[in-house]
Amino acid sequence: MIEIKNLKKSFGKNLIWENVSLSIEEGKTLAIIGKSGSGKSVLMKHLNALMYPDEGEVLINGKNVFDLSYVDLRIIRQKFGVLFQGGALFDSISAAENVAFPLRYFTKMSESEIQTRIGYCLEMVNLSNIGDKSTAELSGGMKKRIGLARAIVLEPEYLLYDEPTSGLDPETSDEINDLIIHMAKNLSITSVVISHDMHSVLKVAEHAAFIDEQKLSWYGTIEELRVSDHKRLKDFTSANEYQI
Amino acid sequence: MQLFVEIGRYSRLLYEAIRSLTEFKTYRKNLINEMVKTGVDSLGIVSLAGFFTGAVLTIQTSYQFTSALVPKSTIGAITSQSMIIELAAVISGLVLAGRVGARIATELGTMRVSEQIDALESMGFNSVTFLVMPRVMAGILMFPIIYMAAAIFGIIGGVLAGIMTGGVTVYEFMEGARLYFFPWDVAFGIIKSFVFGFVITSISCFKGYYASGGAEGVGNATTQATVYSCIYVLLASFLLAAILL
Repeated sequence: MIEIKNLKKSFGKNLIWENVSLSIEEGKTLAIIGKSGSGKSVLMKHLNALMYPDEGEVLINGKNVFDLSYVDLRIIRQKFGVLFQGGALFDSISAAENVAFPLRYFTKMSESEIQTRIGYCLEMVNLSNIGDKSTAELSGGMKKRIGLARAIVLEPEYLLYDEPTSGLDPETSDEINDLIIHMAKNLSITSVVISHDMHSVLKVAEHAAFIDEQKLSWYGTIEELRVSDHKRLKDFTSANEYQI
Repeated sequence: MQLFVEIGRYSRLLYEAIRSLTEFKTYRKNLINEMVKTGVDSLGIVSLAGFFTGAVLTIQTSYQFTSALVPKSTIGAITSQSMIIELAAVISGLVLAGRVGARIATELGTMRVSEQIDALESMGFNSVTFLVMPRVMAGILMFPIIYMAAAIFGIIGGVLAGIMTGGVTVYEFMEGARLYFFPWDVAFGIIKSFVFGFVITSISCFKGYYASGGAEGVGNATTQATVYSCIYVLLASFLLAAILL
């Protein structure tokens, strides 16, 4: 379980948000929504202490990640898989090697076991024929899927997705959404999805948190979000609606 | 104030790098790669720079020493001494500040802005151990070899230039070089190259590791890495000469 308590973050004199408190239950998917620049990705980077707050706590199974020694923090971080916005693939190695990368350093698997695990993860993201392609040869959607395969390769307890569908066509976005649902259901992973794509949020998440006006402006279930009369939330969600 | 912040961050990065010295397994593979990129791949350009520096030095020295009272072996002594004590280290330092420093800052800067460093940290890696440590260590280990290559090719360039211009014979050149050869001068050159290797790679890692602001930020980091490396190489050269000679 992830608990965020009274988190406050600012860059210099620029306050990003304050008094952010929420919890994410085991096996559930939370979507953090909000306008561009509202600090959604910054909030996500606090969950595994890639960033430190001015005030507040993030508790992972009761332990505050900001109080941990660097050695203990690295162990906690291995419980997280992170899909970064642009994939953040290492461009000096092939796509398949990106997936193998954590296995080579953090496990004692033999080469054949590593290859089996890579094959399994690539199959999960529907890229089993990726071979030794370099990351430069991949499309945006493929990069995200390889990033996702790399994120799940160590069988994490938590998965963080930073704008998983941004910059993708609707069909590929839907494929990514299906993958997020698949990961949460089949692997029982607790997930946090950062997005401003409401179509994606409504499809993949069970809870949503709306960051607005430098605070956690609204928090509830997806069903509550659909009927909420919170004006700024309604403005935000309705701006995403479109008809053909 | 900003200067103190920069010094603090640089010191912290170095502290993290030194602390991770024992995690050899993590950086072993990267260290070998970096030794090839920093050392082996730089030998050509540095040898060429050394060769022409030695050649020009011989020609200019023989041009200035026209008196019959000055033995021609002095030309060999001046060229070889200058290359060993100062020029081989400084010329290779300045060339590598551009070649190696710019590469390191660009690589790490790009990794920073494309969140690859965050990806490493989020997997549980110590990114300093993985990225900074092997680059700095490769610089410290390979710069002395590069320095020696520059010095040797500088002397060869001097000899060839002497023969081609008729300013000095091989025998005269080598006689002067041997007469004024002191082992401490070589040791001094090697000490300098250790320091230059550390200065260039650590500054470039620092600038790249903390780059921000997209492509422009990476460009700025690369420029600053190159400029600061050159300045600190010259400053270190002066300080080492003042202290050790």
